[in-house]
Amino acid sequence: MRIIDEAVLEDIALGAAVLGTGGGGDPYIGKLMARESIRRYGPVELYTLDELEDDDLIVPTAMMGAPTVMVEKIPNGDDIVNAFLSVGKYIGKPVRATMSIEAGGLNSVVPIYTAARLRLPMVDCDGMGRAFPEIQMVTHTIHGISATPFAMSDERGNTVLMETINNHWTETFARSVTVDMGAMAMIALYAATVAELREAAVPDTISQAQRIGETIRTARLQEEDPVRTVREAVGGFTVFRGKISDVQRRTEAGFAKGDAFMSGIADYEGQELQLSFQNEHLAARIDGEVCVTVPDLIAVLDIDTGEPITTEGLRYGFRVEVIAFPCTPRWRSEAGLQLVGPRVFGYDVDYLPVEERYGQ
Amino acid sequence: MRIGIDVGGTNTDAVLMDGQSVLGSAKTPTTANVTDGITGALGALLQESALDVDQVDGVMIGTTHFTNAVVERRDMTPTACIRLGLPATACLPPMVDWPDELRTAVGGMVCMVHGGHEFDGREISPLDPDEVRSTAAQIRDAGIDVIAISSVFSPVNAGFEEEAAAIVREVIPDATITLSSSIGRIGLLERENAAIMNGCLRRLAWQTINGFRAALADMHITAPFYISQNDGTLMAADFAADYPVLTFASGPTNSMRGAAFLSGLRDAIVVDVGGTTTDIGVLRHGFPRVAALAVEIGGVRTNFRMPDTYSIGLGGGSLVQSDPLQVGPRSVGYELTSRARVFGGEELTATDIVVAAGHEAIGDTARVGDLDNTFVTAVEERIEDMVNVAVDRMKTSATEVPVIVVGGGSILVRRKIAGASELVRPDHFPVANAIGAAIAQVGGECDQIFSLAEMSRDQALDRARQEAGDRAIAAGADADSVEIVEVEEVPLAYLPGNATRIMVKAVGDLVEGG
Repeated sequence: MRIIDEAVLEDIALGAAVLGTGGGGDPYIGKLMARESIRRYGPVELYTLDELEDDDLIVPTAMMGAPTVMVEKIPNGDDIVNAFLSVGKYIGKPVRATMSIEAGGLNSVVPIYTAARLRLPMVDCDGMGRAFPEIQMVTHTIHGISATPFAMSDERGNTVLMETINNHWTETFARSVTVDMGAMAMIALYAATVAELREAAVPDTISQAQRIGETIRTARLQEEDPVRTVREAVGGFTVFRGKISDVQRRTEAGFAKGDAFMSGIADYEGQELQLSFQNEHLAARIDGEVCVTVPDLIAVLDIDTGEPITTEGLRYGFRVEVIAFPCTPRWRSEAGLQLVGPRVFGYDVDYLPVEERYGQ
Repeated sequence: MRIGIDVGGTNTDAVLMDGQSVLGSAKTPTTANVTDGITGALGALLQESALDVDQVDGVMIGTTHFTNAVVERRDMTPTACIRLGLPATACLPPMVDWPDELRTAVGGMVCMVHGGHEFDGREISPLDPDEVRSTAAQIRDAGIDVIAISSVFSPVNAGFEEEAAAIVREVIPDATITLSSSIGRIGLLERENAAIMNGCLRRLAWQTINGFRAALADMHITAPFYISQNDGTLMAADFAADYPVLTFASGPTNSMRGAAFLSGLRDAIVVDVGGTTTDIGVLRHGFPRVAALAVEIGGVRTNFRMPDTYSIGLGGGSLVQSDPLQVGPRSVGYELTSRARVFGGEELTATDIVVAAGHEAIGDTARVGDLDNTFVTAVEERIEDMVNVAVDRMKTSATEVPVIVVGGGSILVRRKIAGASELVRPDHFPVANAIGAAIAQVGGECDQIFSLAEMSRDQALDRARQEAGDRAIAAGADADSVEIVEVEEVPLAYLPGNATRIMVKAVGDLVEGG
């Protein structure tokens, strides 16, 4: 068992930004919420799956909608608690703990708020090991765990509870209700037992985020090369070093899509990298040839600071290193690739694990 | 004729301008009492130019005085904040992200009541006049009469903030009220923080503005005076007394605006070389490009539109080391004229290298005669490389753009910069700041989220342009001169219905005698 206090929270939020691979939302408001609840109710206990009983019921909590709205219409706090309690009430069994469904970005820290408020523990795992844009894109789906009963709550006290035939329908309905709730909702979903999570969830991802954050923080203090530090902390590979030469953006069906182009520097002089994104970074091509794709993680780091750059922050002139690191093995099954592989996002290429291209 | 004054940390500069030409300039040390510095600079300027003060049409002042008050935690008035937004936002009350010691220094109180809007203009909950009234009574009973009012999505609809202000005035008739919608953009905590800081500074602002007024009266200048704000536009002095936070970034903005004016260029990179650092910014349509990220002032997160500048540790006083070859970031700073070799000192500085290379004859050139030519060339190349990389970082596209060099240390930048179409070093470059203040216009801004399911993109853009133009006119711009200088669209991620956030800025010339 580990303890999440204010200092650990800072590290988790920093590491979660790397795991966000350009998306997942700015953790700032979520981090403040978690910090305030820790100050008021005390630190949160973080358990590994091994430390819990097979029958223990776990209900993840998260924020859904536009991060841009969340910085203006901050949640009430009771909303996420309502969503969490509604799922437990519907199932009719006591809930042992909450967890993150998305360890990349904002939703890494939102459940820390829930846990502190309800004085419940949190489990050290998630459903992605990174960030993805849609509800069904979690490892739970591969293992047949339903997103429903799915609760979404607003600050007024409304809760919508739904049962759907599959997780794609959950995504469809939830997206519409989110707009009615003001473009943002607090949600509880994917209730599962610890035995199920041992099969389905991505383990140790919150402590992984903490370790990444801690490594970056320490590197800054000791003035080490922050980019190399991050790359080593995540077990990643250098894909490219270059300067952003163009960024093209477009909006399709509510998603911010686009491409960033980079011209190579140092060892990559004369080469061009094209990075495609839809909220998160999806694929990178060097001189037209695909070199890394989802579900492996692609992070763009500022060469000077090691700071991860979000897709919204990509600008001409930034000097960056593009790193890639392996996703959880759970995504590499056929079922996993059918859910989040390159073809799901419109890239007609076969997935090749990053370490097979870049490893020894 | 206009007088522009820049009250900086070290110097107070004053310039006299007639239309497009600079008639005179003066530099005096900034004083602890800001007013005396201005009187000094004005006195020197008037003496130099033998000016008849009746010919002055306006005085424009840029100052970092209010920023410094926050940074130094002084002269802050206790301020209460009323936030309209319940039941939303309850988990993070106002001032939640302030450093403890600043929150204590402010010594105010925070209250949350019902109200607020959704992104699309729907009400979160109706405003409850009785609730606002009883909250105002509590504030009055606590002996506080400076109040900041914020409401969720007030940049979309400011109605609730205005209604609440009217109710507060019924309870506290001489209340000093700041509405968050009149200051900031989307981002509740940041906008609210700015409104609270504004409240805290208003008493100091009144005193300071009255001090400026007194200094001008002493000089028998009766022309209206203005204060320059973050985005390079002007506000009338009385308005500035109500909105001191709007001056927070006026320093770098004025320097870049001055560079634009002196060079006649509207789209360019500005390289401002000082004694210790070089600040690089981008001019777009004659105005600084603003930073996208949140800016902290004195440890408090705000979302002011600050110029997007990039600084490197290179200036006239930068120390030069030979093994390994390094220029800066350590610098002799303001001690350049005593510690650099050419001024009789022992330190080898970037200025010494420029002299050794024979580009400038400053101080005692013999004192750098022993420097090896190869070494001098290597250092020059290093400096050139540092500037090249920094300029390239700030460029918005691969197209070549002109580079304007200003500031006292600009002798360091000699040759054409990579990616630059030309290198411009205008006359009067040391007083670019005061010139930037003197030539400023007035502006207006619109920042709203539009749902493109309900209107076309063109309609949304038109509406935003109209709103920004109206605000510029309300701020004192001549309607015929108003033009749109900036349009930015940010599609909202993870949302169907193509909601998009549109930010538009309009500027115009001041109405004569306005």
